[in-house]
Amino acid sequence: MTDRTYQGLDPQQAAERVAASINLRKRKETRFVWLGKTAVAIALGFLVLLFAGILTKGIPGLFQYYVTLDLQLDAQQLDPSGQMTVESLAGGDFDGVIRASLYEALGNPEGRKAKREARRLISSGSSQRLMTYVLDNPEQLGSTVSIQFAVDDDVDTFLRGLISRETPEADRRISDQLINYIDALNAQGRISYEISDYLFFGSASRDAEMAGIRGALVGSIFTLLVCIVIAFPLGVATAVYLEEMAPKNRLTEIIEININNLAAVPSVVFGIMGLAIFIVAFGMPRSIPLVGGIVLALMTLPTIIISSRAAIRAVPPSIRDAALGVGASKMQTIMHHVLPLAMPGMLTGTIIGMAQALGETAPLLMIGMVAFIVDVPAGVTDPGTVLPVQIFMWADFAERMFVQKTSAAIIVLLAFLISMNAAAILLRKKLERRW
Amino acid sequence: MEIVVSDSMVQNTNQVEGRAVPEKTLGNIHVDNPRMTARNVDVFYGDKHAIDNISLDIGASQVISFIGPSGCGKSTFLRCLNRMNDTIDICQVEGEIKIDQQNIYDPAIDVVSLRARVGMVFQKPNPFPKSIFDNIAYGPRIHGLAASKVELDQIVESSLQRAGLWEEVKDRLDQPGTGLSGGQQQRLCIARAIAVSPEVILMDEPCSALDPIATAKVEELIHELREQYTIVIVTHSMQQAARVSDRTAYFHLGKLVEVGETKQIFTNPQHELTQDYITGRFG
Repeated sequence: MTDRTYQGLDPQQAAERVAASINLRKRKETRFVWLGKTAVAIALGFLVLLFAGILTKGIPGLFQYYVTLDLQLDAQQLDPSGQMTVESLAGGDFDGVIRASLYEALGNPEGRKAKREARRLISSGSSQRLMTYVLDNPEQLGSTVSIQFAVDDDVDTFLRGLISRETPEADRRISDQLINYIDALNAQGRISYEISDYLFFGSASRDAEMAGIRGALVGSIFTLLVCIVIAFPLGVATAVYLEEMAPKNRLTEIIEININNLAAVPSVVFGIMGLAIFIVAFGMPRSIPLVGGIVLALMTLPTIIISSRAAIRAVPPSIRDAALGVGASKMQTIMHHVLPLAMPGMLTGTIIGMAQALGETAPLLMIGMVAFIVDVPAGVTDPGTVLPVQIFMWADFAERMFVQKTSAAIIVLLAFLISMNAAAILLRKKLERRW
Repeated sequence: MEIVVSDSMVQNTNQVEGRAVPEKTLGNIHVDNPRMTARNVDVFYGDKHAIDNISLDIGASQVISFIGPSGCGKSTFLRCLNRMNDTIDICQVEGEIKIDQQNIYDPAIDVVSLRARVGMVFQKPNPFPKSIFDNIAYGPRIHGLAASKVELDQIVESSLQRAGLWEEVKDRLDQPGTGLSGGQQQRLCIARAIAVSPEVILMDEPCSALDPIATAKVEELIHELREQYTIVIVTHSMQQAARVSDRTAYFHLGKLVEVGETKQIFTNPQHELTQDYITGRFG
């Protein structure tokens, strides 16, 4: 403004400058688009890498090797008292029947050492499996049946090719003789590679070939049920109150800040709190899904509250005006209009919270859900564990077969997560269509 | 809803024009047969004095229009009439507003029953994201107006008919109200207001989001509704005020400057502010 004679740019000059600036803008735009594309590509690359890694490791973990044996089910030997109950069968010699059949398949090896090696072929849980079979099929007593038994985890590892024949005998976990037996059974076509029933129907076990995730899966379901039953209604009610009813004053401001802060608290802190309050102060039992669910509910509450509030705020004020205008009370306006419109957003937040809870390990370790529990929990007050904790425990075991089991369990966890998300998306679609 | 007041603009025009807003309303605030009466009403938004000592009668079975520049308080005053201002925390209303001799700010009065008697139509068409039928049926349902399904059907049909929408939507009552055109949506909102059989219908710039053809239909509708209902309409269009209303009130800076028969206001305004506004010198 100092130059009083300044008359502005002439149009020719202005057009040139605009052209120059347009080039600059275009270059910036192109650079930005490229940056974005690279970022997406990198993210996708890592995702593919992650899935490829999990699937290549985990899919073999869904299968395991079985050996088929022909068993002569001698009633006298298996059920000496003839009552066909769990107690009477406990007196039966199931191991003997299995061993006899095994020795026969291997051409009746001589000597204690040879026999001991032969016994190492099959899983130590085989007698349990035979007992279950007999209980389910009592009419088969006295006849000859073929049953598949899992092979021992070292044999399984060998069959997968993870133990080399070239390794000196002293350095590998299976002996030359055992390898000969395996070859013999293979030649007879008795060894098969099938979907692992132990993985899906078995419970925690130190024997890798028998270890399964059923207990952990059921524990996870119970824990999440408790979590959602507590967190969803509480979270939605809190959000509705804070957003629609609470007066805007100091107190509500402090509450709001604290809720936001809670969302950032490390989950292990919630675990310690659960330990101190529910287990120590209230005297609730350790390791139960009920306590786990409550702790996870406290952890996910802030997530649900924050997303629910955002969903409520996104409902256009004109809808509230419309409802109030025809004489709906505040409660009716909320229940009939605001909540249904905000529900899809609330569900999204809840699912994010639940997914977070499903994958949580640390707080559950604090309340003892890491215990080694063989029984599948029958209710929320039965001790149990959850999938991520089970994965954590398996990853810690030395046996090689647990690597595959761990990867398989991770696949199951991911499948659980994806089906949960899919259910939420379907539910959301359905709710949205209603409006 | 916030009432945005552009202080600088209002003050500016005021200074430029250099005219004082009168302390007392010109014209006759009384009518022979009032449905609602407002006496010495003041409204504050926190420290801001939005409505300054307004007294006005609203005649039964009449259309009264509120005109004035942006931020003059006409919408605020309208919202006092069915207590929609209650939803704004910092809003405080003083004075006395009566409907059929009953003070609507009396603690004994339930705001829900008041709003069933004084319905409202908003600036932007705001149908519920539900079916056309449910839009109309919502009010009667929550107030328990229909004793049976048949009666509810009758209420919906007659409301839509009175709003002139029945022929257009009778075959698609189950389709979402949000799928209608803007003008149809606004008539749906009017039908929704009629459905609870109110005595007074407040309309806050009902045509500002509509095209001229839709506006003409809504104005025609207002013409037909005046026989049964008392209608208060806020409008920015002086032609609209002249076309649809029996009485007109001119607001300026939170004060009611002048009120009178519409014909008189538009042909022979008593105050220069009114004169300047209706001749388009500012506003």
